[in-house]
Amino acid sequence: MAVDASLAGRTFPPTPPYTVSEERVAEFARATGSTYDGHAAPATFPIVVAFAAMTALMEDPSVGIALHRVVHGDQRFTYTRPVVVGDVLTATLTVDSLRQIGGADIIGTRSEITDAEGLPVCTAFATLVHRGEDA
Amino acid sequence: MSLSVGDELPEQTYTVTRAALVRYAGASGDFNPIHWSQRVATSVGLPGVIAHGMYTLALAARALDTWAGATGQVRELSCKFTKPVVVPDDETGVEVVVRGTVKNVTDEGVHIALEVTSGGEKVLGMPKAVLRA
Repeated sequence: MAVDASLAGRTFPPTPPYTVSEERVAEFARATGSTYDGHAAPATFPIVVAFAAMTALMEDPSVGIALHRVVHGDQRFTYTRPVVVGDVLTATLTVDSLRQIGGADIIGTRSEITDAEGLPVCTAFATLVHRGEDA
Repeated sequence: MSLSVGDELPEQTYTVTRAALVRYAGASGDFNPIHWSQRVATSVGLPGVIAHGMYTLALAARALDTWAGATGQVRELSCKFTKPVVVPDDETGVEVVVRGTVKNVTDEGVHIALEVTSGGEKVLGMPKAVLRA
């Protein structure tokens, strides 16, 4: 079943605030073999917050996405500044585009990640490919 | 950091094991079973357990930190997830190789075209980054 066309342009509520702790950054750095020197978190660390926003989209029953049919098509990050320990981050996801190709929904998402003051930190763009029953 | 147009950055080789994927699942919160269960991965038509695309992109970011000589220098990072990295259930794992070429240096930063391969095949589509100048 294709997702509802009205999804395009929709903005979802901000994710609950995520406090960036030293332990979580160090754990993420260890998992990817990256360096954590007490300053910036690894560049892809904001996916933790963006992923929470994407999960909220995919689990929203009004959207009509079957989670096991979703694959990550592409990803882009633009950074205003690196994430640092002590940041309290929130992601607000907007569906920028929605197309149907060969029975699949191609969902273009943009998650604006902001700090406790509401200032921009990073924007995470992800394309989610939702394959139909026969695709 | 002093990078010039045309510079070929030193190739970085990383090993990906099943244990690393489990660790990454925990660190990232992405517990999709195709990244740890052979049974689920093959049931959806994959050849086996595959690395998270974001894990492979994190390895590209790791190479960028190495080339920049510091963390926190990435201004932009992007790729398409084109070919899954299949990770065998053994101690050896699979190698992922990250290469980079400096394409342009502007006020915005140092534009780098990446190439991320495994077993000689490209696993990310058009991976690229901008580092602070």
